[in-house]
Amino acid sequence: MSLFLALALSGTAVVDYGNTQLADPRAEAQARALMGELRCVVCQGQSIADSDADMAADMRALVRQRIAKGESPAAIRRWLIERYGDYVSYDPPLSGATALLWATPLLLLVAGAWIARGSFRRRR
Amino acid sequence: MKRWLIWVPLAGFAILFVVVASGLMRPSDTTVRSTLVDKPLPDFRLDPMVPGKPGVASAGFGKGQPRLLNVFASWCIPCIAEAPQLMALKAKGVPIDAIAIHDKGPAIADFLRRNGDPYAAIGDDAHSRVQMSLGSSGVPETFLIDARGRIVRQYIGDIRADQVDRIVRDVAAAR
Repeated sequence: MSLFLALALSGTAVVDYGNTQLADPRAEAQARALMGELRCVVCQGQSIADSDADMAADMRALVRQRIAKGESPAAIRRWLIERYGDYVSYDPPLSGATALLWATPLLLLVAGAWIARGSFRRRR
Repeated sequence: MKRWLIWVPLAGFAILFVVVASGLMRPSDTTVRSTLVDKPLPDFRLDPMVPGKPGVASAGFGKGQPRLLNVFASWCIPCIAEAPQLMALKAKGVPIDAIAIHDKGPAIADFLRRNGDPYAAIGDDAHSRVQMSLGSSGVPETFLIDARGRIVRQYIGDIRADQVDRIVRDVAAAR
């Protein structure tokens, strides 16, 4: 029994969460959604979910362990942004630099409506 | 219809052209800098990596003396290139601690035997935990922590011979 317990404990200690799913499917789904939106800082242009780099595996392990401990995905994202900047997240927050990015679709929609209005009026 | 409106598309194109051209002319820079520079060193505590040398903890920084914190690994080639510069810094009296990423004690001991040992302490960061908490994205990187325990500088990549004097000045300024 004690041997079994020791094996079980050492088993949990060496689980490589960079490449092993969490046992709880809900937590794993949360972790996976977040991993798809975090940038690997070594192999830029890939998310940590897609990358084979060691650093990406470490970042996945960090995400899974923190989610398993009950931390929210938003808090984990914030923790990483505090260290690597907005760059690490694929979901850019609204700020001075990204305002245009967020506003452009709306501006284009307004411009489109204005042009459409003009052309319909002319046809009449 | 207003006359000037006819120039709007051309003006739009000109703006786009300037944006794209300036983007093309700027050399690409893909280094990810830590946003913790000018902020306090995060709390951490790492076990020793090799016998006879202590581990590294954040409590050891900010005790009235600036220190360098080198992020390295025995499997990292640029770290070998950097070793002579770290030895030169040590010879000039700069204290250097290190955290070893994804590494094993014997491999580190071998690395130190071959390339010299500039470190006062080496901590075992097997899963890059502390590296991530510092906002470091690779090896080698070196952080300068000032006398009050704040990160004041991050040197990304291997330290070159022509950087040594500047780093000694940075360390002196961080007192």
